[in-house]
Amino acid sequence: MPFSLLKYGLNNDYPFEKDADLPPPVPLKSHYDVVIIGGGGHGVATAYYLAKYHGITNVAILEKGYLGGGNTARNTAVIRSNYLTSEGVKFYAESVKLYQELSNEFDFNIMYSRRGQLTLAHTDSAIRAFRQRTEVNKHFGGKTELIGPQEIRELVPTLNMNPGHLPVLAGLWHMDGATARHDAVAWGYAKGATQRGAELHQLTEVTGIKTENGKVVGVKTNRGDVGCGVAVQAVSGHSSLLAEMAGFRLPIVTYPLQAMVTQPVKPFLNPLVSSPAYHCYVQQTGRGEIVIGGGSDPYPLYGTRSDLNLKEGLLAHAIELFPFMANLKLMRQWAGITDMTSDYSPIMGLSPVENYYLDAGWGTWGFKSTPICGKTMAELVASGGKVPDLIKPFAMDRFDTFRQVNEMGATAASH
Amino acid sequence: MSGEQRLAAPMGLLIERDQPVSFSFEGRHYRGYKGDTIASALIGNGQWLMSRSFKYHRPRSALTMAGQDANTLVQLASDPNVLADRTPIAEALRVEGQNYAGTLENDRDAILGKFGRFMPVGFYYRAFYKPKGIWDWWEKIIRKKAGLGTVDLTATAGYHDKEFLHHDVVVVGSGPAGLQAALTAADGGASVLLVEENTLLGGSLTYSRFESTGVHADAVRSELVSQVEQHANIRVMTEAVCNAWFTDNWLPVIKGNRLYKVRAKECIIASGSYEQHVVFRNNDLPGVMMCSAADRLMKLYAVSPGKRAVILTGNDEGYLTALNLADQGTEVAAVIDMRAQPQSQSLADAVSQRGIRILHNSTVYEALPTAGNLHVRGVDVRTISGQGKVAPQSEIIDCDLLCMSAGFMPAYQLLCQAGAQLSYDDDKARFELTRLPQHLLIAGSVNGVYSLDAVMNDGKRAALNALQSLGLGQAQTLPEVHCEQQVNFNWPIFKHPQSKEFVDFDEDLQIKDIVNATRVGYRDVQLVKRFSTVGMGPSQGRHSALPTARLVANATDRTVSETGVTTARPPFVAEKLAVIAGRSFDPYRQSAMHHRHVALGAKMIPAGSWQRPAFYGAQERRLECIAAEADAVRNNVAVIDVSTLGGIELRGPDAAEMMNRIYTFGFLKQPVGRTRYAVLTNEQGVVVDDGVSCRFADDCFYVTATTTGVDGVYRNMTRWNAMWRLNVDITNVTSAFAAVNLAGPNSRKVLEKLTELDVSAAGFPYLACREGEIKTPLGNIPARLLRVGFVGELGYEIHVPSRYGEALWDIIMEAGAEFGIRPFGVETQRLLRLEKGHIIVSQDTDGMSHPGELSLDWAINRKKPFYVGCRSVDIVMAAEQTRKLVGFTLPAALMKSGSKPEEGHLVLRGADISGNITSCEYSPALDAIIGLAYVGTDQAENGSQFRVRVSGGREVEATVTALPFYDPDNQRQEM
Repeated sequence: MPFSLLKYGLNNDYPFEKDADLPPPVPLKSHYDVVIIGGGGHGVATAYYLAKYHGITNVAILEKGYLGGGNTARNTAVIRSNYLTSEGVKFYAESVKLYQELSNEFDFNIMYSRRGQLTLAHTDSAIRAFRQRTEVNKHFGGKTELIGPQEIRELVPTLNMNPGHLPVLAGLWHMDGATARHDAVAWGYAKGATQRGAELHQLTEVTGIKTENGKVVGVKTNRGDVGCGVAVQAVSGHSSLLAEMAGFRLPIVTYPLQAMVTQPVKPFLNPLVSSPAYHCYVQQTGRGEIVIGGGSDPYPLYGTRSDLNLKEGLLAHAIELFPFMANLKLMRQWAGITDMTSDYSPIMGLSPVENYYLDAGWGTWGFKSTPICGKTMAELVASGGKVPDLIKPFAMDRFDTFRQVNEMGATAASH
Repeated sequence: MSGEQRLAAPMGLLIERDQPVSFSFEGRHYRGYKGDTIASALIGNGQWLMSRSFKYHRPRSALTMAGQDANTLVQLASDPNVLADRTPIAEALRVEGQNYAGTLENDRDAILGKFGRFMPVGFYYRAFYKPKGIWDWWEKIIRKKAGLGTVDLTATAGYHDKEFLHHDVVVVGSGPAGLQAALTAADGGASVLLVEENTLLGGSLTYSRFESTGVHADAVRSELVSQVEQHANIRVMTEAVCNAWFTDNWLPVIKGNRLYKVRAKECIIASGSYEQHVVFRNNDLPGVMMCSAADRLMKLYAVSPGKRAVILTGNDEGYLTALNLADQGTEVAAVIDMRAQPQSQSLADAVSQRGIRILHNSTVYEALPTAGNLHVRGVDVRTISGQGKVAPQSEIIDCDLLCMSAGFMPAYQLLCQAGAQLSYDDDKARFELTRLPQHLLIAGSVNGVYSLDAVMNDGKRAALNALQSLGLGQAQTLPEVHCEQQVNFNWPIFKHPQSKEFVDFDEDLQIKDIVNATRVGYRDVQLVKRFSTVGMGPSQGRHSALPTARLVANATDRTVSETGVTTARPPFVAEKLAVIAGRSFDPYRQSAMHHRHVALGAKMIPAGSWQRPAFYGAQERRLECIAAEADAVRNNVAVIDVSTLGGIELRGPDAAEMMNRIYTFGFLKQPVGRTRYAVLTNEQGVVVDDGVSCRFADDCFYVTATTTGVDGVYRNMTRWNAMWRLNVDITNVTSAFAAVNLAGPNSRKVLEKLTELDVSAAGFPYLACREGEIKTPLGNIPARLLRVGFVGELGYEIHVPSRYGEALWDIIMEAGAEFGIRPFGVETQRLLRLEKGHIIVSQDTDGMSHPGELSLDWAINRKKPFYVGCRSVDIVMAAEQTRKLVGFTLPAALMKSGSKPEEGHLVLRGADISGNITSCEYSPALDAIIGLAYVGTDQAENGSQFRVRVSGGREVEATVTALPFYDPDNQRQEM
């Protein structure tokens, strides 16, 4: 038993005040140097790195619900960097690196678990695409291989290699693929940020953006107006709505994305397994639950209601891949809201409003980029608007110049 | 042991005493009766222990006897996590416990309970990560401890199917409210579906006493049930669970292996409420159960739950259970009432008259266990001295059964899924449902109504409301529903210094776990859930939601309403994946000639949902086969099935205008009888499909599309025309046509034998198209013929109605026999088109490829005012180019060293990636490795060289080569 648990167990006064991960609520001040809109992983990570690396702590994170209650809470916690473009791979690989350090950096276990991610190729066109992703990943030092059926059988002995008319031909084996306790990521960042002086205001909804001469000067909230020098929007599924408040449009279409989880069973599946052809991915959590996810809903919507049609199709596909899962029992089904861009890459950096910075367009790839996103957004804020090289490719104006960063193929059903 | 010990009738409504059933649990054999659940049969045999808890491995037994808790989860051969109090026994059924080390009786992991103090709430966030990397080791251990049942990895799904139902009114729950609602609605002329999860109709009428004499409920039940069962307008579905509410009353009802997908015009939820536990130390011991669980054991299964009972209650329900127990020969040592006085004095008098002691203002402070916590042996009773506080004086009362009732929580799940809100009434200490959507009604105890008359009136009221919406029945005054009965005690939570007062049984969470979660900063009830895992277990908060809301509200100085409960999500009860998935459908498509390919030994591969021949012959002779097939095309004649190619027909006065707006080329002046290459870009200017446009009349175009792209092309055409409103009919005729490409220098000679058309070079030139007939011994086949050049030889695509596909194949093979015709497959075709430098959209293009990069400038009419994507294409083409798709060659010798680039390998420029290989083959005709690759614009000049990183990290130098590689003057295809 680890020592840290002894100290809790032997003291009847646990928890001490110093054990608190998050401080009690405080009143909202009238002005902050930086206002971060959105208390999800990205928002609190930005506050954390602002405080940690740049000494900027007069910061308020405004969250309309509860900490990490949006897509941070709803995503299926896949961490990977096996993308297709150089820009994407470099960015996500940096994120994976940061992730590996977080538990010790936070002094808070985010349960980072390097399971490896296996994406299945059922067609020769998938093999071609996977080969390219393998090569790009290796080029940037990632651990990814294109593997054959025999190796797949060894990695996932329980997988049905001949589902229907789409036999498994090959796999993209991404050894860096990992998962983590998604909530803990937001909590760890919030803990680090608030301990350094940033303020987290939950149940505080931004209802308007105040600008003067094309420059942001404050935000309106349900708890009153707040002035600010800089504002950062990091609101996952509601990016377009916030941008609209700030007076500009984002090239984003918003779709619900559903996922579901079974009752816990003893471990039988180690890697994260994904099949683009079946629009299905399957993984087993540390608690033993099987998480099953798939493609987005077919029409734009801001609702988070679950539906039956998607569940029927998705579970049928999951059973094709793992026939014995037919007898497992589904416990919960939920939906998140994803802001999709046409090239499946984010929109980061400057916006048409001065000092109003964007962290948007996170579609289905937001969780895995939390650390690097926080880090680069903090750099952007601290430097007074100098865009870090790593996120230059994700500038909003790429949709005007057609310099897109296309990750469509590397995103489908692999989230 | 067997049923001698069962109680006499009328107890045992569900069991058939003349039909004994044998089964085993943990290897020991038991007997029960038909109608028993696993749990009732086990308890009937004195076997209480059923499971071990999630974290501390504490012994657990039945809590609700209604499938509402995780305490009875057991393992069947191929089914983990089965509810023993819901699953019937069957002859020779083998049941095992789960989640233990050693035996269920002696679980080595029970030691974890002793270490509980070292595992504070969220302890895993605070440990196991120092030194760095150690989590990898801990995780493996913790994962093994997690999880409950074990999956049988060899199990298969069995047969599951689905049925659609449509009803005016669906009533969920057949308690007194549901039965009355169903009857009223049916009397009003509505078609009613009544869904009941139990075997018997009646809900609480089947087990609950309602009043002191205990005779009224049975009479009401038999009257209502007989009316319902005889009513022509009511379909009754028992042992069926309405497992979710989806938008517009779309209800998945699961019965056995069938999923009924039910659409209800009006839905009445009469789902009842869950009896709540009292939170005190050791409230999880076997022998501690809900009052309703004891009632159910006796009434439904004739099982006596104990010899000496104590009742702990915060309402009058406990008194009724005391009477039930006393009637059935259980000694009731005491009724411990947390309140100052009962609501019904006459009920209390009836209890007293049986000599049962009643204690007021008192609670059980601790349940005392037998060795190993295997059963309750007594209770420590204290006077309540304040909210959650007790006096120091204690009285020990021996008992082997403790029944508790702290109140009720409405079965709110379906309603909250529908958007209803839960708000807390502080006076009544209960949650109520508000803001129901239209066409969704509630009745009975889920609506906060408990006395029998009021419940039935409420059912009637809901049904009349539904009838009104439906415009059925005669207008009636709605009955007034009054219920003074107060069922909830406001603070049935008693902290103990040694804890183990469970708030959440599934997750082994105690009072301090919930409170400490708020103290370390997780104040929102959603955060409390996520941090402590409260409500995340199999019972999804049915019992933990209410005490958690109260504890969190109290700890954070908020009201219970403000605190609320966590979101209810589908499904209502855990559902088998197989039931939702239904029958396994594996959609795939085969062309009309499929069986001919198989007979010829083709290696079939998937192409979208189609099956296509890759080549003909054995896999190990792949290269040889492809070379021979290619040779036949180049030097003789060969045929390929191209039926899977998409076909879209556009007819109408605006057909040409539609083509002109969709595709990049100009089509207004395309002559009848001629084909044109058609490229499709999306609004981003990216090439997304291509095909051949054939004009058969001024107002008739037949345009092909790629096998995998046609559905998208068709969808987009119809979407655009929904906006444009052009006078054109667009039809996806892909599966209406079967087609072949007859190619090779001798193809004309073969075709001549089969048609009256003039197929001479002058009569049917390159890029022409014709409508004609193919002759067969059984009659002529109407056909569309296209002179195309995809593989770079003289060739004809012949499209015929699908039903003639096999006949077409046969006649061509027969006519070609004298020339030695052979079939060729997709892989051969890919090689041949590569030799000609033709791209395959999706293989040689990606999500960014614009026409300039692909050198398709020639296929764009830049003079016409509009086509989809034209603005983007103009912008992109005007901007500086970054990459280009070029042809390249490498010496054939690289084949031997295994250094041939593969599709997907990278093109390098210095240390950077500048492109990638999209196509690469060994060309026997050229004896060289040829391919297509994206390279930097500065690497694209003919004759220049670029580096490719191939397998094993080696690098080779490729030479940029002008396209096409083969027959650069295109003489052969134009013969």
